[in-house]
Amino acid sequence: MKKYISFFRIRFQNGLQYRAAAYAGIVTQFVWGFMELLMFRAFYHADESAFPMGFSQLASYIWLQQAFLALFMAWFLENDIFSSITSGTIAYELARPMNLYNMWFVKNISSRLSKAVLRCMPILIVAAVLPKPYSLLLAQSPLSFFLFIFTLIIGFLVVVAFCMLVYIATFYTLSPLGVRIIALSLTEFFSGTVIPLPFLPTNVKRIVELTPFASMQNLPFRIYSGNIAGTEMISSILLQILWLIVLIGAGKLWMKRALTKIVVQGG
Amino acid sequence: MIELTNISKTFQISKRNAGLREAMKSLLRKEYTKIEALKNVSFTIKEGEMVGYIGPNGAGKSSTIKIMSGILTPDSGTCIIDGLTPWKNRIEHVKKIGVVFGQRSQLWWDVPVIDSFELIRDIYKTDRNVFQNNLSELTELLDLSETLRTPARQLSLGQRMRCEIAASLLHNPKILFLDEPTIGLDAISKIAVRQFIKRINKEKNTTVILTTHDMQDIEALTERILLIGKGQILLDGSLAELKKKNATHKTITLEYNCGDFEQTDGLTIQSKQENRAVFVINTELLSVARAIAILSEHADITDLSVSGESIEQVVVSLYKEFQI
Repeated sequence: MKKYISFFRIRFQNGLQYRAAAYAGIVTQFVWGFMELLMFRAFYHADESAFPMGFSQLASYIWLQQAFLALFMAWFLENDIFSSITSGTIAYELARPMNLYNMWFVKNISSRLSKAVLRCMPILIVAAVLPKPYSLLLAQSPLSFFLFIFTLIIGFLVVVAFCMLVYIATFYTLSPLGVRIIALSLTEFFSGTVIPLPFLPTNVKRIVELTPFASMQNLPFRIYSGNIAGTEMISSILLQILWLIVLIGAGKLWMKRALTKIVVQGG
Repeated sequence: MIELTNISKTFQISKRNAGLREAMKSLLRKEYTKIEALKNVSFTIKEGEMVGYIGPNGAGKSSTIKIMSGILTPDSGTCIIDGLTPWKNRIEHVKKIGVVFGQRSQLWWDVPVIDSFELIRDIYKTDRNVFQNNLSELTELLDLSETLRTPARQLSLGQRMRCEIAASLLHNPKILFLDEPTIGLDAISKIAVRQFIKRINKEKNTTVILTTHDMQDIEALTERILLIGKGQILLDGSLAELKKKNATHKTITLEYNCGDFEQTDGLTIQSKQENRAVFVINTELLSVARAIAILSEHADITDLSVSGESIEQVVVSLYKEFQI
């Protein structure tokens, strides 16, 4: 376990170095958040009751999304993993007494976390002091705050476990581009990044909510804003945990198979 | 220690001719060629041995190293290293080996070398004292004190390679695989690396397997040579044996004041200028001593040197002999 912790540490420290990128990111996310809110504002002006989320629930959703962008963005992948596969540097990683799946998993967690840590606080604080209804509200209750944190962590791990599948697919395709584009646009839409899932038509929503995509950012952000509660919430949390187990299990199994067939590129 | 029996590995390689038309065609139907990288490779290496693994490009050297270090799974055959099959017990196996791939880097690019070393310590769960001892020893032997605090990306090739070698020895491996460790190094770094490898082998009884194209490496380091070509082991023997078998000719370079020479059995004139001549002796027909005696009868010699066939020539003639 210690080796994974030190591995985490070295990556995490490495990630904290990029301050300028973090400042730029914060500004971008503010602007983006405001634009989204203004757009929705225009729709809500027409008829607020026609929408499945209250406007201040939506505002909380959007600010959380912007603050924790680095945790949930599927397109935020590790380029050095792809290049280690296509160039053959993976030879060294395989020559270490470490489980490759775990190593890559930790690598993803640490660089995503280091990005999120730098960015989330300023966004959360400023969003909390904005005038209503544009501000980030406090959580509905201590319980829902606790469940928010819990599902945030699990959802984050679901994202990483899903990305692992994209990496492993690269063993077979060598060019990561195709798999990446397909997997990422699917995730982008079905996880609720573009528009929150409650906005989808009921029948589509019912199916999407069963997929792992709904277990990513959708669940924690909606729990926080109180858009989901009661038995629906409990079954969603159980489904989220189930998806995490399934995705990790599938990834590990697939990785094992891939490694027996792997050809290390280059002489 | 290391036992390979009938290891075979085939690679599928996609091929197409040059040009856009061909590229479009290969979208629909890809042509694959099977390449037998290794054909029934078998050999045994004892503990503490230092073996030079040579062969032309594409002969299968790196593939063998990758199989022995658990990275590649062969199609058939068995390989037992210190009681384990590398690709089946990869994690257990790689704890006991050190690998250097001369063409790749294992150091983390953005952090000082010492950080990489400490991460390696945690990965291998090396005891702190053992690690400190190894580190100070390696620092001294490979002259690393200056480089340890520098990020890997700012090191010169020679410095980096010495760090790579140090990195692969921090956990006291029983076996060390070196895949072209001296590639691209200058003379001084090469000699430093060689001396170091020799010392590790002697003092710690580390088994060393070395692939290289640098024949001086082989000459300086290894007693035993494995020659591989087109995926097959062609020759397995000592360096001296190999030289003896293939080097039946010696060259004498002569400087003299005056005199005249004739060719005799086993002694041929290769070139002759004023006051300087080069002869080739076939040692099967004529001993070197006898040849010198004959030459000194005919001329007033001022300087004389005898040289054997260089190992490069031996290897080239071996490649020719096996048509690889």
